[in-house]
Amino acid sequence: MISSFILRALEGRILVTVCIILAVALLVPASNLLLSPDNALHIPTYVMSLMGKYLCYALLALALDLVWGYCGILSLGHGAFFALGGYAMGMYLMRQIGSRGVYGDPILPDFMVFLNWKQLPWFWHGFDMFWFACAMVLVVPGLLAFVFGWFAFRSRVNGVYLSIITQAMTYALMLAFFRNDMGFGGNNGLTDYKDILGFSVQADGTRAVLFSLSAIMLSLCLVLASAITRSKFGKVLVGVRDAESRVRFLGFRVENIKLFTFVTSAMMAGIAGALFVPQVGIINPGEFAPANSIEVVVWTAVGGRGTLIGPIIGAVLVNGGKSFFTGAFPEFWLYALGALFIFVTLFMPKGIVGTVQAALANRKAVKAAARAQAQNDDTPSTQIQAAE
Amino acid sequence: MEIKDSKPKSLLYLDGVSVSFDGFKALNSLSFVVEPGELRAIIGPNGAGKTTMMDIITGKTRPDSGTVLFEEKVDLTKRDEADIAQLGIGRKFQKPTVFESHTVWDNLELALNRKRGVFATLFYRLSGEDRDRIEEILATIRLTHRRDELAANLSHGQKQWLEIGMLLAQEPKLLLVDEPVAGMTDAETAETAILLREIAKSRSVVVVEHDMGFIRDLGVKVTCLAEGSVLAEGSIDFVSNDPKVIENYLGR
Repeated sequence: MISSFILRALEGRILVTVCIILAVALLVPASNLLLSPDNALHIPTYVMSLMGKYLCYALLALALDLVWGYCGILSLGHGAFFALGGYAMGMYLMRQIGSRGVYGDPILPDFMVFLNWKQLPWFWHGFDMFWFACAMVLVVPGLLAFVFGWFAFRSRVNGVYLSIITQAMTYALMLAFFRNDMGFGGNNGLTDYKDILGFSVQADGTRAVLFSLSAIMLSLCLVLASAITRSKFGKVLVGVRDAESRVRFLGFRVENIKLFTFVTSAMMAGIAGALFVPQVGIINPGEFAPANSIEVVVWTAVGGRGTLIGPIIGAVLVNGGKSFFTGAFPEFWLYALGALFIFVTLFMPKGIVGTVQAALANRKAVKAAARAQAQNDDTPSTQIQAAE
Repeated sequence: MEIKDSKPKSLLYLDGVSVSFDGFKALNSLSFVVEPGELRAIIGPNGAGKTTMMDIITGKTRPDSGTVLFEEKVDLTKRDEADIAQLGIGRKFQKPTVFESHTVWDNLELALNRKRGVFATLFYRLSGEDRDRIEEILATIRLTHRRDELAANLSHGQKQWLEIGMLLAQEPKLLLVDEPVAGMTDAETAETAILLREIAKSRSVVVVEHDMGFIRDLGVKVTCLAEGSVLAEGSIDFVSNDPKVIENYLGR
């Protein structure tokens, strides 16, 4: 049962993409660690970390595509799940600092000592254990998505209203996390990490492993998302997107379908955040900013929503462009992003991958139609287009 | 009409159903019974409450008062759309509503009366039995030759048939069909009448329609609604000669 579920996922394009991502997971760290810095093919550590960051963004965009591209839920708050996953990992990394912090307190992170706190808040317990932090990376975003989705989908909040409340959700979380007494480091967030599982987060080897892990998680999630969308459940999802009431009147519980997808997607976003934090070395409330979540929508739209591969390409391309632009012409980046979004919306509404797919499908359809025409000249009544 | 006493056996039973929207009484103490295996046509002017009645039966709208019973025991006013669909009531919308980005085949596969839970659908595999059932429905709705095409590429009439096919796949005991021949050619209309009579052999069907010629083709008992309640009920000739019906609907 499970094997057929997974095998179905590994259809042509997905398999090729997974192979490419896994090759990247192997080659980039290899080039960083094994080649000497003068070699033309050597990839410096900072570039590898930058690429690792793109992979995390790609995973976030993939997560958004599952809910937006397939289920029609335009979430403008996916950055919140990403940030929560990041905070869960950040808390583990903070606990690992131990007495090496500026104030040298063996238990309390620096910002708590600074705030004159005497003991660890209850929700910081357990985060000294890696497995617990990893569990929280999934549980916290998943739980938030579950509670949020439970109410929103049950009361049938749809379309733009749903988008607005997801945006409000991430904004509210941002304001909450900015407060010092929330216990998450206020506007400074969590930073100054020392090591992860005993390995220095600055070391090239650790960076390489984190990069590979990001690529591997991305391909695992791609396979999972592909398996979901290619199952009968995935077809129901598209049905919900295109004709929700029809799905309801066929006897499906639309709220459960949406809830499952939303929670799965939130957990993927949480994983992306957790891999992001050790590579960039900081998590702060800025990650909850509404603009971040909107950017994810842009990447997904540019790559092509409802294609799974598109968002990955979109996230890498747009962020690559961002790195280049903010280096070369810092003041023009936002204009370039805006222009890109307008261009894609007007001229490539299906995004890069969607446009290519449509062109290929169109060629196939023309051939099939010609064949069908030749076969069905004997049933004229069904061919007549209805007149209003 | 003494419906209560004279119907010992009913599939669908509405009694004294009223609902109003912002003071407008869409249904006014509507009483209406469908027997098992019956094919029934419903006519009436715009705003007579035909669509509202379907909304109430399928759980989309809750009535302000009245009784709605399915198979004499299930209170439909307490169930939601998904529940009611699973009980065996299928509904065709006025505007053909199919999954346009799925193939004809996938549309039917989704509609098939199988377990509809999240995990059941995640791990679903098409069995030989299900395949045969879909083939059978394709033949019934005359779309076998277009099974692999996207539903979006079908003609208007074919979409209507596909939707009827999806309802068949659902294996309902009662089918509610809202204006099935609106926008169809004459040839398609005649085919649809045959199709509906075929379907009604094994289940009850309620058809809402404006097209009097089509209703004559069906040759069944007709109920005329006006202003939210039943105006007349009987054969098409009986109803179309009723002075109240002529005044309220046909004569206009």
